[in-house]
Parts: sequence; C-alpha cells; structure tokens
Amino acid sequence: MLTWLSLLFLALFSGAAFMLGKRRAVKTAGGAPRVLHSLPGYYGSYAALWAGAPAALLLLLGTTFGGRVEDAMLQAQRPAVVQSLDVDRQDVFFSDAQAIAQGIAPSEVTYEGELKAALDVKVAEARRIENLVRFSVLGLSGVLALSGFLLAFPRLSADFRARNRVEGWVGGLLMASSIAAVLTTLGIVLSLVWESWRFFQSISPIDFLFGTVWNPQIAMRADQVAAEGAFGAVPLFAGTFLIMLIAMAVAAPVGLYSAIYLSEYANRPVRSVIKPLLEVLAGVPTVVYGFFAALTVGPLFRAGFNALGATMVGGPLDGVGQYLMEVQNQMALVAGVVMGIMLIPFVSSLSDDIINAVPQSLRDGSYAMGATKSETVKKVVLPAALPGIMAAMLLAVSRAVGETMIVTMAAGLQAKLTVNPLDTVTTVTVQIVTLLTGDQEFDSPKTLSAFGLGLTLFVVTLGLNIIALRIVQKYREQYD
Amino acid sequence: MNLNPFALPLVQGHAMTTASPDDSVAAPSIQAAAPQVYAAASTNEIKIHAKDVNVFYGDKQALFDVNIDIPGKSVTAFIGPSGCGKSTFLRCINRMNDTIPTAKVTGVIDIDGSDVNAKSVDPVILRSRVGMVFQKPNPFPKTIFENVAYGPRIHGLATGKAELEAIVESSLKKAGLWNEVADRLHQPGTGLSGGQQQRLVIARAIAVGPEVILMDEPCSALDPIATARIEELIDELRNQFCIVIVTHSMAQAARVSQKTAFFHLGKLVESGSTEDMFTNPRDTRTQDYITGRFG
Repeated sequence: MLTWLSLLFLALFSGAAFMLGKRRAVKTAGGAPRVLHSLPGYYGSYAALWAGAPAALLLLLGTTFGGRVEDAMLQAQRPAVVQSLDVDRQDVFFSDAQAIAQGIAPSEVTYEGELKAALDVKVAEARRIENLVRFSVLGLSGVLALSGFLLAFPRLSADFRARNRVEGWVGGLLMASSIAAVLTTLGIVLSLVWESWRFFQSISPIDFLFGTVWNPQIAMRADQVAAEGAFGAVPLFAGTFLIMLIAMAVAAPVGLYSAIYLSEYANRPVRSVIKPLLEVLAGVPTVVYGFFAALTVGPLFRAGFNALGATMVGGPLDGVGQYLMEVQNQMALVAGVVMGIMLIPFVSSLSDDIINAVPQSLRDGSYAMGATKSETVKKVVLPAALPGIMAAMLLAVSRAVGETMIVTMAAGLQAKLTVNPLDTVTTVTVQIVTLLTGDQEFDSPKTLSAFGLGLTLFVVTLGLNIIALRIVQKYREQYD
Repeated sequence: MNLNPFALPLVQGHAMTTASPDDSVAAPSIQAAAPQVYAAASTNEIKIHAKDVNVFYGDKQALFDVNIDIPGKSVTAFIGPSGCGKSTFLRCINRMNDTIPTAKVTGVIDIDGSDVNAKSVDPVILRSRVGMVFQKPNPFPKTIFENVAYGPRIHGLATGKAELEAIVESSLKKAGLWNEVADRLHQPGTGLSGGQQQRLVIARAIAVGPEVILMDEPCSALDPIATARIEELIDELRNQFCIVIVTHSMAQAARVSQKTAFFHLGKLVESGSTEDMFTNPRDTRTQDYITGRFG
C-alpha cells in the first residue's frame, strides 16, 4: 500500500518535472521555440525521466528484494535456544516471528518459556527491521528523485540535445525488454538443466534415454512392496512421435490443400466466409477437442473397428478380426486424428498467408507463358512458398509434440512401446501431467523425472527445428 | 520542325527531314540501334488487327473503341500518360485481363485473322503464341536454366534433355544473355542483376517460340546502361517477332519502334509510323504530349 502510494507520488513529481522542464526550455528560447535543439516536450521528458526513473527502479527493487533483506537481517543473530531446534523448526520460528510482526496468522506451533521470550524479542526486532528497510527505501528513492531532477534541470538550455538523450532512454528500455525475454528463457532452460541433473544423479541417463520400460513408481517407505521404478523414456517418445505422425498425416495435406484452395481458387465471397471460420476454429480450446476425442471420436472409432472385426472373425483374417473386436476407446489413432483436426486451421491459415505473400508478378509471368492455373500453382507458387510452408509445418509439429489435453483424454496412460495406432500409448506431456498433479514429494526421482522428460523434449524439438532450418536453407528458392 | 529533342536520334538516323550540324553529338549507340526503321515497317504485313475494342473494369470503362493495325516483324510502341489504357490494351492481346475477375473486353482483336476472344480460343494456347515481358523483372525463384526451360516443359516442346538444353541455349543466345550466364546456368535466376533478369525473362518468353512478344514498360525498372542493352536486344528481335512495347519514355519509343500509337484517357488518339508521329503529329494532344507539355 505504502509502495503504491509512493509510486503515485513519484508519478506526480515526475509530471511536475516534465512541466517545469518544458517551461524552462520555452523560457530559454525566449518565445522563439525554433532556437531550441529539440521540441520543448523532449526537455520536459528528459527532466521527468531523471526525476522518476531511478527512484521508481529503487522502489521496485525494494519491494522485490526487501523481504529477503529483512529475513537475512532478522536471522543474522540466532539465540542459543533457537539454535538448539531442528533446522526446519528454526525456519518456522522465524517465519512465525515475521508473521506476528506483520499481524498475519502464525503457524499452529506453540512457544513456551525461553522460546516464547526469544520469540517476543524477535517479533519486536522484526517490526524494527521492517520499518527500517521500508523507510530507508522510501527515503533513498525520495533523495534519488530529487537529486535526479536537480541534476537534470540545470542542464536544460537551448542547445542541450534533449531529443537524443530521451531517445537514448527509450532505446535502453527497448533493449531491456528484449534482454528480459532472453534471460527468462535462459532461466527456464537453466532450471530445466539443473533439476534434470538432480534427476540424472539417481537415474542413469543411459537407462533413461534408452530404457524401454516406463514405470515411475518409487517406494515411498522402505518397507513398501512397490520396489524399484523404471524410468526408460523410449516408450513415451515413441508414443509422442506416433501421435504426432498421425496428426501431421491428417493436418498437413488437408491444411495445405485448403490453403491452396483459399488462396488460388476460391473467389472473394467464398474466401471471406471460410477464412474467418477457419480462424475461429483455430481458437477452440484444446480441452474441447480433448473431450470431443474422448467422448465422440473414441467410441465412434471403437464401434467401427469392432464392427469391422466382427465381419472378419471366422474368415481367413480371423486373427485380425479377433484383435479388432477388442479395440478400446483410447488409442493413438483417435488422439492423432483429433489433434490433426485441431491443427488443420493452424496449418491452413499460416500456409494461406504464405502463399498469398508470393508476388502476383510471378503468377502473371507464369500465366503469360501459357501455363495453366494448376501448372502455375505446382511449379511456381508452391516452390516459391516452400520455405514458409515448411516453417508452418514445423510449427504444427512442435504444437503436436507439446499438445497435452487431447492426448491426456484420448491416448491413454499406459506406456507401451508400439507402432500400432489402434493401441493405447502415452506421451511425454501426459506423463509430465500425471507426475506433477496431486500431492507430490519434490525430491523423489518420480517427480524429478518430469524435468528429465521436459529437457529431453526440449532438446528433441530444438534438434527438429535445426534440421528443418537446414532443409529450408538448402531448398530455399528466394524471391524478393 | 524539330519538335522534340527525344526525336533527334531517329531523325538523324535517316536524315529525311532536318539534320542540324550538331546532331552528330547524339548518342552513337542509339544510331546503331535503329537502322532503316521506316523501310522495315512499310514492307510488313499486318499481324494484329484490333477493331472497336472496349475494356471495362467493373463499371469503369478503361478503353474506348480502339482500332489499330499492328505490323508483324517490327516494333510497335504504345505511348501515353499514366492511366491512358496502353497497358490495358496490351493485356487484351494475350488475354491477361482474364485473370482480373471484373474485367470485360468487347470488340475484336485478331492475330493472323483469328479472334483471340473467340470462345474456341484457349488462352493457354494463345499465350504460348503471344509472350509477355513485364515492367518489373519477374524471374521465377528457380535456376537460370529452369527459368528458360519452364515454358518448353509445360508445353512439351522438347522430347529429351539434349533438346531442352538446345532450346535453353538458343533462347539465351537470342536474348543476348548466354555469354554472361553460360557458366552458371544452375544458379538462381534471382541472383542476376536487374537488366540481366529482364533479359532472362525475355529468353524465357522466346523459349516457347512465340510469334508476338508484348513488353509492358520493360525498362522502367532498369538503369540507363541496362536499358540500352534491352533496346538493342529489342531491335535484334524485331527480325523474328512481332513486338509490341508499352513505354513511358518517348525517347525509347523513338529509338526502338517503327510504329507508334498514342493513347490518351482510354482512347487511341493517333497511330502511325514513328517517324511521322514524332515529326509531324496530326493531333494537337499528340503534339502536346511528345513535346512534353503534359503527361
């Protein structure tokens, strides 16, 4: 609350600095603004930035890291009676002291005697520290704001290059934004690597990458029967790629053909109806596709295969018939087909944009040679659009590999190493979901294996992207 | 009489009307590029007949009753200010206006006596007889070889690889590009310079063996040196093809063409031998345009 108030105050101060800076610039110009190097607004912005930005940054840092500083200061001295406690209990002690100081409900632990006395001392100390940190942050940002303004204001003269300075600030802001994006990604990757490293300390990477049995059950207690878990990720990746292949077998041709129809053959009214419809379809949440797969497509496919099997039983294909009779609702085919349907609008919309971007002059050139529409599409338009279409397909592949809801509902949970599309398979994403939902211990290999899976998936998709980029570069047919 | 400085080279080339003493300083390459212009045009049969051609884009009429005869084996230039309909008329000749859904063409355009707009005419076959070169070089994003081989392939003109290679080579030679690209036929056509790209596109059009080549401002995106090369090329090709060129440059029309047609506001104002047009225009609008008073 106090932080918000002080931010508001800072904004007002900064606004005042803007007005003052602008007025000073106009005044120095002596009623002829053209002698100024920059527009008066830039002078105002320069003063406002120096008055506002450093102080705001300090306030932000204060709110983000103030708590940690307080903790560290509070815990710097641990009374002997506290030190005699377990490490876990010590943490509870200090967090309770903080909580009481801030008027929040503490834990249910009761403190008595010496410990109670120590707690009271620490509560008082916590209050003192909190005030100290808070007011030193506030005071310091006040000083920063004022000195920033006092530093900037006298520099404002007619030939001061205010525009260049302000643009420098803006450039810095833009750079900081892009660095933030890169750093966040880097942080995610590093945390993935770190947690995976912890996982690979208990499970050998060779067993993980090449093991063919996935059964992540670890005994919670020493006397439990559930024995050793098995962490062979091969069945999961096999399932992931089987479903991805089925999905792409549906999405790639249908999406591409519909894009060709839309961009080359459809007339304007048809296009103006179909294109927005496809884009709406691309916005359907995947969970909807998921229950569509589980409740509609799954039973439909099962009924179809069972009926087909019934006609074969007793004939020369008796074995196949018997198998088809036993097909269940959950199978790779259902998940793959529904995922493919989900990807159609995605592929089609992207490819349509790419095909439309092929310059009309190339089509004209081809028509002027006496090429038919189909020849023009096959031999000029599609080759020109190929790199873009490849990129669209790859985006679709990475969506298929990362897709979770549909496979969770329609593919099954059993990790089987199979290429049979009628069998249940499970995918990397499904396993990550099941590993991390519900109450979990965050130190067991079972939970940590999610990071191992995540890292491997990341490496695999990265590799796919690199290979695809190479292909695109090799077959690139450039146009300007 | 010397109405237009642009017309000088032509006038000088034939010394028929006026030849002031300082004419000899005019660009010599142009003189070489336009020999015996008028004589060539006069001995030619009419290749394309246009009668009462009207073109509409939706409700807007773009061309009004155009009547013109275009001789074979010579260069005919269409000149006129922007939006005057010269490109529109050009695109009627190979029915490129078909690709614009709202375009409607009436009247008769016949090539060697057969109407291009007749129901029985397949635009695909028509366009293999009437090639076209566009304003901006538009080589396909393929190799130089594949660009030239494109037409022969889709029309099945070559029965084997050797024959295809022969067609590509002779087309590139006719387009004056062979010596520059012979050692890099399998590199992308888009890697060539603008002028080379335009000659590649001309080679691509020639490879199909057309009778007529339409050129829609073929030099407007090129620098003066590349332009001069294309103009020389047009002059060489005139012996084998009926060439129709749309140009904004009156100097270019004067240099390369034997017949000129002046379009204004969708109407064909005047057409005749290039020489007459530039030295002795009948219509005041033509005179105003070629003397640079508007346009």
